Amino acid sequence: MRVGAALPPSVSSIDEIEDRLRERRYIGDRALATAIFLGLRLEKPLFIEGEAGVGKTEAAKVMADVLGARLIRLQCYEGIDLAHAVYEWNYPRQLLHIRLLDETADRRLAEREIFSPEFLLRRPLLDAIDNDDPTPPVLLIDEIDRSDEEFEAFLLELLSDFQVSIPEIGTIKAKKPPFVVITSNRTREVHDALKRRCLYHWIDYPNLDKEVEIVRARAPEAADGLAREVAALVQGLRSMDLYKVPGVAETLDWARSLAALGATRIDNSLVDATLGAALKYQEDLERVREKVPDLVAQAKRA
Amino acid sequence: MRDEGAPANVDLLPRLSAFAHLLHDAGIEAGPRRLTDAARALNHIELSREADFRAALRTVFVSRKEDIPTFEAAFDIFWAPPDPRVSAGTIPGRSRSLPMAPERARAWSAALGLNASQMNREQEARSVPASSSGYSAEELLRHKDFDEMTWQETEQVRRLLEQAAWRVAERRTRRMRPSRLGSIDLRRSARHAIRSSGELMRLFHRRPRMRRRPLVLICDVSGSMERYSRLLMIFAYAIARREDLEAFVFSTRLTRITRQLRQRDIEKALDSVSKGVHDFSGGTRIGDALADFNRHWARRVLGHGAVVIIISDGWDRGDPAQLTAELIHLRRSAHRLIWLNPLIGSEGYQPLTRGMAAALPYTDDFLAAHNVQALDDLGRLLGGLGRRGSRARV
Repeated sequence: MRVGAALPPSVSSIDEIEDRLRERRYIGDRALATAIFLGLRLEKPLFIEGEAGVGKTEAAKVMADVLGARLIRLQCYEGIDLAHAVYEWNYPRQLLHIRLLDETADRRLAEREIFSPEFLLRRPLLDAIDNDDPTPPVLLIDEIDRSDEEFEAFLLELLSDFQVSIPEIGTIKAKKPPFVVITSNRTREVHDALKRRCLYHWIDYPNLDKEVEIVRARAPEAADGLAREVAALVQGLRSMDLYKVPGVAETLDWARSLAALGATRIDNSLVDATLGAALKYQEDLERVREKVPDLVAQAKRA
Repeated sequence: MRDEGAPANVDLLPRLSAFAHLLHDAGIEAGPRRLTDAARALNHIELSREADFRAALRTVFVSRKEDIPTFEAAFDIFWAPPDPRVSAGTIPGRSRSLPMAPERARAWSAALGLNASQMNREQEARSVPASSSGYSAEELLRHKDFDEMTWQETEQVRRLLEQAAWRVAERRTRRMRPSRLGSIDLRRSARHAIRSSGELMRLFHRRPRMRRRPLVLICDVSGSMERYSRLLMIFAYAIARREDLEAFVFSTRLTRITRQLRQRDIEKALDSVSKGVHDFSGGTRIGDALADFNRHWARRVLGHGAVVIIISDGWDRGDPAQLTAELIHLRRSAHRLIWLNPLIGSEGYQPLTRGMAAALPYTDDFLAAHNVQALDDLGRLLGGLGRRGSRARV
């Protein structure tokens, strides 16, 4: 097998991935670009972990865009099973079809007919494996920590040979395996065997300059001064002792809310009124409310 | 396109393999598969860019956040450019240490040409935790060996605990399974109907699959709890054998011991717990420990309707208001909050300690934990856990 067959010829270096992420207004670090690049080159799934709201899902979306590939997303949840993740027969249609046959029809032929791909409901995983795309799709398995062990075990199998067998049809093997991105919020530990198959990347909270850059790129409606002050505010909040520390998604929400209110700079009353965009626990809100003037002053100095 | 088999730099392979070995000794999984991946990865990057080199090896060898600092330290120690000044300990890149046994560390420092005494000093420095609070003056930094505690019936107790018949109660999951009773499984029924030419000949049923609730144990091992520590660790070990258990201990700080308890041999498990916990028999700050738990662990271990068990005598030197606030938060995120107090067994005990008085209103159950019988009672409670409301109080 040729190395990097999955890679469009135009993506030839880490620099290029970095540039392309940036063009698409995704401000990541070089280590992420390296992990993506190696994932494509070694044809290994990429396992991205990080706290909620640091841009894990977004990374996969932008990547599909970078590669010019289709994004197929599987959102995990507790109890997700093969019927929801891989395929299911369209039973109502099959029943209808068989009922409408007249007496003389060949039953055996009819049965073969209703178990043909036409009656198959394709779910994301089958879709990703059975693809004819010129560039293989990006398969995003989102929030795997929400699924259960049974599903993890199945994924492990799928990721090792990229094939699915459907008893009535046969085994379907990927012509070109999709590029797989798995994300986890770490609400539980994902099994080592699954992680072992993947390249791993931990997305941390960005530092101040990077966060300012992210706000400017993704919430351009916020004025420059506002972008910097909001980013600095959130950095201040992250150093506090809170139940739920705000992520980058919260920074963006906050900047957008303030911009929508017509603010170009922050002040105590504006921050107090919009604190809910960043903090989601009552205890955290109470704790921070007392300190708003300090936080604002500190953010203005940053 | 370069060929996969031949590495870009042949000289690199033995060094890479030595690095994998170092990672392995430092507790990171670095088997042949990962080594192969690493060698392949290096074919695709510019080796002269240190940041890329580092990121490439990290993405291959690391698979959990906790291992990142270990990896970074190993990388710094191993790949730092050789420099005569190293032995003087002035190169920041090399003034790192790794979590491994001192004799292993000595062997590595010799192999890497590091000054042995420097590495040893760092190893020793590591075993003294940085002061995490202003309370550290009273934090008793003793490396308590379990064997020194006298508990005559240890063996007997362990056997009793391992044989105990109870299991933690189950909860409904969202996954369905076939069953004779329960709601109708339309999918299976329809499928069967198609086989019989569209006639609905037979109805199939399904119902939710049941699973045991996860248990989270948060155990006080401070000075006042000293005489119970070993027994309670045996208790934790016995539960970990058969239940889905996350275990933590605290005195002035919170330490997770889940991985240590998973070892097959009980003595080894207890030994690695005592090595991993640095403040056995220190002071007690329950509020701090729970605050740490609520912020850093609750979201990770309290999914799927977990039952939380706190074992403490409630002798607390922290702020009762903080303890109350953290308990309220904890109780909201747990399916059930059980407090075990070994003192309950003693004659005429009243929960009057400040900590206990603060905690009592916010626990679902308040039970004894002073002997095997009491732990057995706990087991029965865990086995019968249904809805909230039916509280057990002493």
